[in-house]
Amino acid sequence: MSVQATIPEDMEVIYSYPASMTERSTHYCPGCTHGVVHRLIAEVIDELGIQGQTIGIAPVGCAVLAYDYFDVDFVEASHGRAPAMATGIKRVNPDKVVFTYQGDGDLAAIGTAEIIHAANRGELITTVFINNAIYGMTGGQMAPTTLEGMVTTSSPDGRDCRIAGYPVQMSEILAVTSGAVYITREIVADIPSINKTKNAIKRAFMAQIAGLGFACVEVLSTCPTNWNIDPWKAMAWAKENMTQTFPLGTFKMTDAVKALKA
Amino acid sequence: MTKELLKGNVAFAEAAVRYGVQAYFGYPITPQSEALEHLSGRMIDEGRVFLQAESEVAAINMVYGAACAGVRVMTSTSGPGFSLMAEGFSYIAGSEVPAVVVNMMRGGPGLGNIQPSQSDYFFMTKTAGHGDFHPIVLAPATVQEIIDMMGLAFDLAEKYRTLVYVAGDGALGQMMESAELPPMQPVRTERPDWAVTGNAGRESRVITSLYLNPDHLEKLNLHLQRKLATIKEKEVRWQEYQTDDADLLLIAYGTVGRTCLSVMREARQQGLKVGLLRPQTLWPFAEARIAKLAKQVRGILVAEMSAGQMLEDVERVVQGKVPIHFHGRMGGIMPMVDEILADVEKLAEEVGSKE
Repeated sequence: MSVQATIPEDMEVIYSYPASMTERSTHYCPGCTHGVVHRLIAEVIDELGIQGQTIGIAPVGCAVLAYDYFDVDFVEASHGRAPAMATGIKRVNPDKVVFTYQGDGDLAAIGTAEIIHAANRGELITTVFINNAIYGMTGGQMAPTTLEGMVTTSSPDGRDCRIAGYPVQMSEILAVTSGAVYITREIVADIPSINKTKNAIKRAFMAQIAGLGFACVEVLSTCPTNWNIDPWKAMAWAKENMTQTFPLGTFKMTDAVKALKA
Repeated sequence: MTKELLKGNVAFAEAAVRYGVQAYFGYPITPQSEALEHLSGRMIDEGRVFLQAESEVAAINMVYGAACAGVRVMTSTSGPGFSLMAEGFSYIAGSEVPAVVVNMMRGGPGLGNIQPSQSDYFFMTKTAGHGDFHPIVLAPATVQEIIDMMGLAFDLAEKYRTLVYVAGDGALGQMMESAELPPMQPVRTERPDWAVTGNAGRESRVITSLYLNPDHLEKLNLHLQRKLATIKEKEVRWQEYQTDDADLLLIAYGTVGRTCLSVMREARQQGLKVGLLRPQTLWPFAEARIAKLAKQVRGILVAEMSAGQMLEDVERVVQGKVPIHFHGRMGGIMPMVDEILADVEKLAEEVGSKE
């Protein structure tokens, strides 16, 4: 039975599943912010009235089953190739709204070629990039975005940048591509930042619909399970530590994107 | 329509346009780049999709995306690029979306060279990617045949929702000969009922190759195997030449199949009763027909531009009933008629064919 159907008639619904979400509990760990960002995307799809025109591309990683939670058409890409798949879909469906949902391993390691070239082509797609500085699904290994000194199952003494290289700053990199029109880094660590992230996602979708170019919203996220801290501390940890290496802010916004009323 | 002088690569590319290909994604690689060059102009002129990708990895995933959207889509490449596409092949197979890939084989392994070869036979017919699947593999021998096979490739891909390879070699891609192109077909406008097109007015659709529940994944695999069994039963294609009275059988495909036609004619002039079987599908393979001919002939000679890859399929089918000899050249070298003929004579001597 749907949640809606259990509400007595004399009560007013003030909060419910967005139409673009399925009424299904997610498989995500307690304190993980994938569910929050899923909901933001679904709210944006609803508000823009594009549910019937939207096609999503799920990544490989914790969000591999994202299609279970969205009530829009979806495909499942191989690891890192979501922007290439999105390109194929969008080029033959120019009237549809196409978005990729990718984690840091997917977008910032194995799929760097695909994301950079999709951005550089100004591919008319929207990317939501979840950066939680760790590999969640495979059990907490070092990500390209793992912070310097951060302990993971594959950097047991903390990330040594002389051995493992440095945290990859994807928004900064994508911002210098000519085809990108809107590149921003947000966080979902409290209500104001969640609202701000939603606005950014909405603007990124609007940039696509207006035919302006490639847009990507990087979202600093939490992984309490693999960070080995509780969900509440994870929020504070993300705010305090991740923003040092990954400063929040808009790295590129063209005038046309600025003019959009998100 | 009239015949015109056409280069193999341009011919299959133009044939694809006329058979209504709606999108092409590719990356230049010798010896098939002329196809990509031809399509870069033609597809845009026709208002269709052409995109030069950043890599073969990206190209096949663009093909995968467009295939999920339900349009007629293809790419073309050669050995090293084909290797890079293997990831996408497996996902396409697991998701059951139709796509056509032309592989103009060149010498390998590694960077190898850019001369003709048939050393991707194992890769195409048996190990096209991780997991249990076989693409349909078509093997044209002439420019006319690759033109005709492009239409067949799209039809089979869409009929079975499968991956279809067109397996040529550098020689076929580069040679010019007179051939006739098909009339222009319109691009299909309707999308199949499984394609992702946005869920307006219907339930949402998901195309995935992920089945975390082993029962579900086994069910998918059993379904794929049943489909492959149907393809094996219905789609085996080959051509035979003078096999009626043959007591020696040549088996060769593609360019070497064509060379062996000359070998057969010369051998016949010497009074040797030689026939030729030229597989037009490498998967499925003409197993039943070869098994039957093995009961009729005294010896078989397999010729390939490889170390003997199709040879293993012939051996598997013949099961030691008659001697099988092999003539193979590697590294981009094409076998000459007189070289193969010498081996036919040797085989005839060994099995006592000469009357």
